Parts: sequence; structure tokens; C-alpha cells
Amino acid sequence: MTTYQVSNVVPAPRRPWDQSRATAARVLALVAISGVLGWFITNFTGLSGFLGWYVGLALTLPILAFIGSVRHGWNMASDRFATAVVSVAFAAVTIPWVSIIVTVYQKGSKAFHSKYLTDDMRITPSSDLLQYGGVAHAVIGTLVMVLIASLIAVPLGILAAVYIVEIQGRFAKMVRFLTQAMSGVPSIVAGLFIYATIVVFFGGFSAWAGALSLVILMLPTVARTSEEVLKIVPDELRSASYALGASQARTTFRVVLPTVASGLVTAAVLGIARVVGETAPLILTSSYFVATSTSLSEPIASLPIYIFSSLGLGDDNATTRAWGGSLVLLGVVLVLFVLARVISSRLTRK
Amino acid sequence: MQTLETPPDQREIRAYYTTVDKVFRGFVASCALFSLLVLILIAAFLLYRGFEIFSDFGFGFITNSKWDVGNPEDTSTAVFGIAAMLVGSVLTASIAILFAVPFAIATALFIQYYAPKSLRTLLTAVLDLVAAVPSVIYGIWGYVVLLPLVEDWSASLNKYLDWIPLFAVKTPIFGRSPFLAGLLLAIMILPIVTSVAREVYSQAPRDLVDATYALGGTKWGGIKTVVLPFGKSGLVGGAMLGLGRALGETVAVYLTLNLVFEVNFKILASAGGNVASLIANKFGEATAYEIKGLMAAGLVLFLVTLAVNFLASVIVSRSRKIV
Repeated sequence: MTTYQVSNVVPAPRRPWDQSRATAARVLALVAISGVLGWFITNFTGLSGFLGWYVGLALTLPILAFIGSVRHGWNMASDRFATAVVSVAFAAVTIPWVSIIVTVYQKGSKAFHSKYLTDDMRITPSSDLLQYGGVAHAVIGTLVMVLIASLIAVPLGILAAVYIVEIQGRFAKMVRFLTQAMSGVPSIVAGLFIYATIVVFFGGFSAWAGALSLVILMLPTVARTSEEVLKIVPDELRSASYALGASQARTTFRVVLPTVASGLVTAAVLGIARVVGETAPLILTSSYFVATSTSLSEPIASLPIYIFSSLGLGDDNATTRAWGGSLVLLGVVLVLFVLARVISSRLTRK
Repeated sequence: MQTLETPPDQREIRAYYTTVDKVFRGFVASCALFSLLVLILIAAFLLYRGFEIFSDFGFGFITNSKWDVGNPEDTSTAVFGIAAMLVGSVLTASIAILFAVPFAIATALFIQYYAPKSLRTLLTAVLDLVAAVPSVIYGIWGYVVLLPLVEDWSASLNKYLDWIPLFAVKTPIFGRSPFLAGLLLAIMILPIVTSVAREVYSQAPRDLVDATYALGGTKWGGIKTVVLPFGKSGLVGGAMLGLGRALGETVAVYLTLNLVFEVNFKILASAGGNVASLIANKFGEATAYEIKGLMAAGLVLFLVTLAVNFLASVIVSRSRKIV
């Protein structure tokens, strides 16, 4: 009779692919060595500054990683090499992102004063001292146009998604394709189209025209995001509704859409984020106006045009104002994005 | 107990749409076809406004590089051609693709396969956010921060590599060149190319990747043999989407590229322009006849980007079918 010895200790599952502390130390050491080497390269070649140093690091790190592991064989060494290349390239990509945010904050905050968000440029030329004037007119103008644009584009976009997902009509594929094609329309062409129609027929630049050009750019984003959102509605809900005798219209409006209401709000917010900074179409449609205005039939200010027109003057104060406007605009986009994330995370928690 | 000789007749089930549903379906369908209407109207109106230009200049509008209003009173003295702008568009967009695609592949791989899981969601969100940064902000950043840097790089490129015709210049002025505009466009389109690539890579068959591990392969082995071949056509589609963006970009190119009406292939020379920035540049003080020329240019741009995007979506949808 054979006896088996059974250990009481349950072996803990081990995951050999997890990074150990030794790996982390090795990686850190490698990065440190190539950082030093990068510094040497900067000193002995024409490269200079932070970017030069980074180029030095990016060149030496993969080579060091390769040399360091070549004793384990070709496969291991090429894996380390690839890991180093991918990481170094990713870090390189984030440099402009960080630079943009830092520069906009540093230069933009100089334009801020206590009344920057509540004053307009009615009596202030762009080159005037920085303690005068503000962006209120531009913020209000952008809000007005984006609001009108969303009132038109959000229902249309959601209905396009309803057509693709709920109705699944004859043209469903075509509608999806056309929406895709529409998202590729260059923004200046959208502006040119509105200029050729609305602006020419109704005699002049107006907030209306600006809003309509934004509709063209906003619609595809809303439609595509809503389509993704509608797809996650479980079919059981629809079947249950039909089984109770509800019509398709009632099922859509009382069951499907309310179920994903927060997702649809996310779609709208993403659409707004897409168009809030559009410059090119507004040059051709809403033009610019220095005072606060909410009249829809007249030219109206907007944040992107405020930035664009201040930049064109070449004056130091005007350029600082352009950066200030950029900071406000970037802040608006950031807030919209966080909003979209918060709302959509509420959706996924259900 | 009663037994049935024959099974009961199947009850007839009639599925029909009520009047309400018919109205509803018709209404939604007509709203959904709004995008078709807009696309047709865009083409129709730009053609209508620019038709005179096409009939006056014919193919010369595309092959000629001169843009001259001539005597504003007399339209017969005007010469319009967008050859230089088309070359500029293609040049800057090609530079953008050339730089953006390799970095996009690396970034997508990093986010999907190298970054820790917790970082992945965050980075995907950051990617979406960076894609939504308005082009005017990229433009002002490119003009103020990137311009001096690229000027230095251009000077050294020209110093050591001027025997390559691409890097030669007539006069050593490197300011707002196609190289700068192309680099800026690369930075701008990188998020969209990356997010398409990442999405395709994330759909790579997990069991095949695991199989390479089981055979003793490394992570890079799995990526090289499974993920990259799998995502090839999706990546091409993403790159085409980026190309469409780069071709149609206005403000960033307006700020970083000198508008000069001559065909220029020297990427370091401070001359060029693209169709979109031509429209933005000339629109302000244009004569009625010149506006027509801009409409015609807009139509050409519209058709080119439509074709590129059409190709892109065909390629992307084909790559989805494999899954």
C-alpha cells in the first residue's frame, strides 16, 4: 500500500511574467546609465538641450538593453531591444503633449487678471496693456454657437444611430458609411459650404451660419458615439417591450434610449469637445466681433477666432492674449472631457 | 385522455408595423439620410459657385501654380491655379504620415501590451483628450515653440545633407517650411492613428499570442508574429484617416507654412502652402471672382479628402471582417 504525503501548504500561484523588484532595479540602472551617456553625447556633438539629451538616451538605451541581455540568446536580446525601443518612442510622443500643456499654462496665465473672464474687448485694442479687456465676448459667442449646433446635431446624430441600430433599415450600412465620410470633411470645406449658402443668401456673417457649420462637423462624432452606446443595450429589453405589445417607436423612446441616457449625454459632450475649438469654418461664417453679443443674425466672437486674430497681429501683448485664450479653450476642452468620462463611467457601473 | 390524430395547425403569426411605427421609421430614416443630403449639397454648391473657374481654366486650374487676381475690375486678367498648393498639401501630409506612423505603432503597442493595466485606461483617455485639443492650439504652439527648434534642426540637416536634393535650399532661410508644418501635422494626427492602431491591436487573437508564450517565445516574438501582421490593414486604414486629417488641416498649416505660389519640393525651404490654408489666407480680401476660385479649390480639396477617407473606411472595415 502506497502512502501519499499531502502537504498542508497550498502553493501560492506564481506568475513568472510579473515584474520582479530585481527587474525594476535593472531597468532603472539601464535608464540611469543611458541618461549619463546621453549627457556625454550632448556635450560632444551638436545636439543640445533637453531634446538633445533625450535623443542621446533614446539611442543608447536600446543598444545597452541588447548588449546587457545578449548572453541569454538572440530571442531574449531582441525582446529587450524591442521593449526599449517601444518605451523610448512612447516617451518621445508624450514630450510634445507635456510641452503644449506647460507652454499654454505658463504663457496663458500671464494674460489673466481679475476681470479676464468677465470683460470683453469692446474698448480695448488687442495690443493694449494686459490689465484691460478679457475673453467674455469670445466665451459667450462660443457658447451661443455651440449651443445652437448641439440643439441641431445631437438629435440628428442620435436618430442616425437609432436608424443603424434599432431600425436596421435598408440604408443602414450606407448611413454608417456616409457618417464616416462626413467626419472626413475638412473643416474649412464645411465653412466654405455654409458661406456659399447661408452667408451669401442671408447677406453676411452671422452666429447662425457659424453654428450651422459646426453642425456638419459635430454630427459624425455624435452619431458614431451614440451608435456604440446603443449597441450595448441588451436585446432582452427590446424583446420584453415588444412582448408586452409596445410599438417600435415606444420601445425606442421609452426603453432603449432611457436605458443609455448617460451614454448619449457622453456622445453629445464628445461632439461638443470636437467643435468647440474649430477655427477654420468660423473664419468664413461667424467672423469676429469685439463686443459681447448674443444676436444670432450678426457676426459674433468665438474663442478660436479670438486666439487666431490676436496671433496675427505680431504684437507682444496681442500674442499673450492669444495664449490666454488658448488656456481658456484648453480648460473648456478638459472640463468637457472629464464630464464625458464621469457620465460614461456612471453608465458602465450599472 | 384525449389524443390528437394530427398536430394542430400552426397559428399564423403576422408581424406588421402599425401606422405609428411606419411614421416613426420613415422619420428616423429621413433624419439619418441628412448626412447624404449634406454631402451632396456641399459638392453641388461648391461646384455651382466654382463652375466658372473650371470652365475658364479647365485643367490649368490643377496644373498651373500661379494665383493672381490681376486687375480687380477685369476678371480676364486673373490667373488661378492650385498646383503649388496641391504639391504642398501632399508634401506636408506625407511628412506627417512618415513621422506619425512609426511612433503611432510604438505608442499603440506600448499602451496595449507594455503599460501596466491600470495605466492603460488612463492612457487611452489621454489619447482621446489629446486628439480633441483644438488645432489652433497646436498651431500657436507650433509657431512659438516648435518653429525655433525646427529652424535649428533644418540648419544642421542642410549643413550635412545638402547633397540630397530634398534637403537643399536656395537661400539658407529655414523658417516656416514644409518640414515644420509636416512635423506639426505628425504630432496632430498621431493620437488618431494611434487610437485606431491600438483598437485593432487589442483585437488580436489572444490564444495565438498565448501560444507563442507557450512555445517559449518572448513578448516581442508574439507581437512580431501575431499582433503586427493581424493589425496591418487596420493600421493602413488608421494612417489613411490621419492622411485625410493632414490634407484638410487649415489653421496649423496657415501658421507654420509660408504661402508661396511656386511648386516647391525642397522641404527645408520656407515656401509652400496647402489648399486649406490658401482658402483661409485669401478669403479675407478676396474679390468676387477670387471667391469663386477659392470655392473651386475647396471642391478639389473636398473630393481628394473624400476619396482618401473612402479608401480608409473600406480598408478598416475589411480588417474588421477578418475578426
